[in-house]
Amino acid sequence: MSNRIDVKKTYKLFINGAFPRSESGRTYEIKNANGVFIANLCLASRKDLKDAVVAARAAQSRWNKASAYNKGQVIYRIAEMLESRRAQFVDEITVFTGTTKIKAQKEVTDCVDRLVWYAGWTDKLSSLTGALNPVAGPYYNFTLPESMGVIAAIAPETPSLLGLIDAIAPIIVGGNTVVVLASTKAPLSAMSFAEVLATSDVPVGVINILTGKKDEIAPWMASHMDIDGFDISGLDAQSHGAIRIAGAENLKRIFRFKSADPGRILAFLENKTVWHPIGL
Amino acid sequence: METPVNFDYAPAPESRAIVTIKPTYGHFIAGKFVAGRKHFPTINPATEEVLSQIALAGKAEVDSAIAAARKAYITTWSKLSGKERGKYLFRIARIMQERAREFAVLETLDNGKPIRESRDVDVPLAAAHFFYHAGWADKLEFAGLGTSTKPHGVAGQIIPWNFPLLMLSWKVAPALATGNTVVLKPAESTSLTALLFAEVCQQAELPAGVVNIVTGDGSTGALIVNHPGIDKIAFTGSTEVGKIIARAVAPTHKSVTLELGGKAANIIFDDAAIDEAIEGIVNGVFFNQGHVCCAGSRLLLQENIVDEVLEKLKVRMAKIRVGDPMDKNTDLGAINSKEQLLKIQDLSRVGESEGGARWSAPCDFPKKGFWFAPTIFTGVTQAHRIAREEIFGPVLSVLTFRTPQEAMDKANNTPFGLSAGIWSEKGSRILWASQQLRAGVIWVNTFNKFDPTSPFGGYKESGWGREGGRHGLSAYLKGVGHE
Repeated sequence: MSNRIDVKKTYKLFINGAFPRSESGRTYEIKNANGVFIANLCLASRKDLKDAVVAARAAQSRWNKASAYNKGQVIYRIAEMLESRRAQFVDEITVFTGTTKIKAQKEVTDCVDRLVWYAGWTDKLSSLTGALNPVAGPYYNFTLPESMGVIAAIAPETPSLLGLIDAIAPIIVGGNTVVVLASTKAPLSAMSFAEVLATSDVPVGVINILTGKKDEIAPWMASHMDIDGFDISGLDAQSHGAIRIAGAENLKRIFRFKSADPGRILAFLENKTVWHPIGL
Repeated sequence: METPVNFDYAPAPESRAIVTIKPTYGHFIAGKFVAGRKHFPTINPATEEVLSQIALAGKAEVDSAIAAARKAYITTWSKLSGKERGKYLFRIARIMQERAREFAVLETLDNGKPIRESRDVDVPLAAAHFFYHAGWADKLEFAGLGTSTKPHGVAGQIIPWNFPLLMLSWKVAPALATGNTVVLKPAESTSLTALLFAEVCQQAELPAGVVNIVTGDGSTGALIVNHPGIDKIAFTGSTEVGKIIARAVAPTHKSVTLELGGKAANIIFDDAAIDEAIEGIVNGVFFNQGHVCCAGSRLLLQENIVDEVLEKLKVRMAKIRVGDPMDKNTDLGAINSKEQLLKIQDLSRVGESEGGARWSAPCDFPKKGFWFAPTIFTGVTQAHRIAREEIFGPVLSVLTFRTPQEAMDKANNTPFGLSAGIWSEKGSRILWASQQLRAGVIWVNTFNKFDPTSPFGGYKESGWGREGGRHGLSAYLKGVGHE
């Protein structure tokens, strides 16, 4: 064995396709399962959230306009990138969380497969959830799902990577952009996942990832007037009431999810009905 | 020699003999009418005549209605197959059709809307909503992705005064079809058709407690919203009250749908069929006295057609017949209440003081009742309150645009997102604009059309959820995997 000194990675935020530190300069310590110091993670501030929402809003129109085929390929590309770095993620999850290698392998496999599953949804949503409505008159009338806008999410603590992907992917499938807070205790694989995103084809600003404290950032997300929806699956039940009250100011659509299913995608889509007369 | 031709309409009053209005009404709880303790008057807004005394439900009545709904849910309604539930709804639809004229006359007397609208729009659509949802009751497993086939339980439903019977049908029909039981509160000023609907439930032999109707004001509504025995809240009304409800139920497990306010843009491109667009503008904002959450109250005109459109619009507006709602020729009836009239007058004064130029169609009002002439404001900017706030009356704000993109930006520059209108003869532009507009209902070369098969509801602060169509069912079914 050599006496070489490791080159350690600095973990930062992922906003608008870049990796900035928190503007607040605040950090918090992450230790591994054995209590050994690993890294100082950014403690995202309200200003960092604001920057991320600005980036997500700016990216939303273009991402929404991308064809369903294109969106599907972009999400599939994330799966490809993650697959190619399987070993790294298995290693990180094993070391940082103290779980077994078999469990870590299973989580990464699930992550890749889940992304592939979501990728295939982009070009099926409107045919399965849209409708041509048989109105009682000479009108052509259809209803289609449409993106809601900028959605915030609190990823669950565990499983930290699969939970993050289950927060992000269903939101972006339908043309929304996302600002997500990663697991507070195990954020390292989330920030490595940001590197996957940065080297895949996801347009800048479509996915923004913050690290920090839930009890700080969740209320800021809830009261932010330019966030349209909020996935609070990663929050403890006792905080849901206060979050929903704060979110009522702009009638945010706030949901908590228990599984990965089509309902999770539809929750953050609006339905638009269009009427046109039929006649000569 | 030309003989002057007089095109004035002779009075054509609808008879009110078909309706019997009782001097006093109680609540409809567990299949029976229960006498109220306190009462308040309901008036005909076109004459200020007191029509009847309506009961004011307090805690005791709300408790008893919710208990009746729970009992009916547990003992009968949840045990009934979808097929049998549906039959009750079909019965209700048929009885509403049979008693359609009675409903229309009563609605016009209590609400002030023209009999032509209550007879041709409100009542037929209300019956159609029951007929449509009746057929869903035994087909919920095909209702789509993201929902289960399980109802919430007891639904508390609070409806507005602008389409009293129609809003009742939007609420009650899907709730019953999906297997929920109901406690409904009609608006304070328009309870009568809901109470007539209670009679229909009796005639249909709907099991006791499946539909309960308590009358009252906002305090009664608050009792329903805050009651622990309610599983689902459905509300149609103002965004302000919608937010209060959203906060009130936030710490609970109650599911909520909200149909709230709007400030719809009605966009006229320069290639539009102008004469058709004029009709669409008039229908968009003067239908139902402008008491429509999805009213096209912001007219966006492309700059090069402003003069032509405004000139034609004023000619057309001068022909709107304002007056006795019971007259079959009347286009614009009475404002629903003195309170609402004061709001419209107040916001119109603000429109003038902020620099808008006001023009009202000349009209003679009846001596009594609440009236407001069809009115437009020109020279309006996006910052003016009459371009931002829901006025809920026959008042149109006119704004202009040069490019299609500017039209979209102005149309979307509002916290609301309920509806929008597009007038153009160019297919690609229509489809582009209908994608750009952030609103739940887009009317292209038409406006203010409704149908039970067609999902209706808003983006942004115009509400949560949809009503009508397959999408509307999910409001009354438990979600799969999320809450």
